[in-house]
Amino acid sequence: MRANDDDILSTAQLWREQGKGVALATVVETWGSAPRPIGSHLVIDEDGLFLGSVSGGCVEGDVVAQALEVIETGAATTLEFGVADETAWRAGLSCGGRISVYVERID
Amino acid sequence: MKLALLSRLNALRAARRGGVLVTDLASGAQRLLSEDDFSGDALGEEAAAALRSGRSAMVEQDGRKVFLNVQAPPTRLIIVGAVHVAQALAPMAALCGHDVAIVDPRGAFASPERFPDARVLAKWPQDAIAELGGLDRHTAVAAITHDPKIDDPALSAALSAGCFYIGALGSRKTHGKRVERLAAAGFTTEQIGRIKAPIGLDIGSVSPAEIATSVLAQIIEAQRKKPPRPST
Repeated sequence: MRANDDDILSTAQLWREQGKGVALATVVETWGSAPRPIGSHLVIDEDGLFLGSVSGGCVEGDVVAQALEVIETGAATTLEFGVADETAWRAGLSCGGRISVYVERID
Repeated sequence: MKLALLSRLNALRAARRGGVLVTDLASGAQRLLSEDDFSGDALGEEAAAALRSGRSAMVEQDGRKVFLNVQAPPTRLIIVGAVHVAQALAPMAALCGHDVAIVDPRGAFASPERFPDARVLAKWPQDAIAELGGLDRHTAVAAITHDPKIDDPALSAALSAGCFYIGALGSRKTHGKRVERLAAAGFTTEQIGRIKAPIGLDIGSVSPAEIATSVLAQIIEAQRKKPPRPST
């Protein structure tokens, strides 16, 4: 898992150095049962290519979509996912947990 | 995150150094604290606790949400002595997440057949440590050969590198002689005092597996438990 994080952060640096627009998503809070621990990363490039995970695959699609906007605007944002959200049915966590994901652009 | 900060973060990880990336979620302000920067920092205590537990965490500072992202290298355990205790300790330590290496210059002991799932180096500690890329503070060293010729060089290297755990097998009498040798080699009383000897928590262990359990418990304590405040 940690080696994985190494790959993700190195990839984030590599992609940016190659001149691509890059965003980094990080799980910053979890409530209840969450599939990935706090601190887990997902790196996304301007074409929507991504590496890593912030959940068991349930919310990655939404995070990638939001990340493309963050790459565009440069404004970091915190996304929340969970059963209490209206997004639950669209991009919900079947495990019933809640997670908060911070998405920032690599400048 | 600034690219320069990300590349510092990756350099820290590559160098097997611990640290904490501090992010103010509202403003996006970020800084990287290496494990040497904790003392004196406003969030130093929280950062140190997060690194020790290996868990990233959200904290509040002046009503603001601040995320502490822990960057901890995988811990290593170097067992010096491919003995019976090592055969139990190696798989148990691996289960607890340590990268395990077994070092013993005696080829009959350090055979892959005796340690099917671990990295075994049939070399003297000095050579093995060099091959492993050196020691650091995220490494634990357990010297359990009973042979000062083999144990002492490993203990000296561990003391010099500030390994987070250093343990040595042997009775109090054996350890007394060891203390004399290390003092003669120039180590201070405080440094030598970091060696856990006799090795392992005092739980009355008898069998090799039980001794391995007491050693592993002591390693976990050294890694996770908050050190007592230094008396003033």
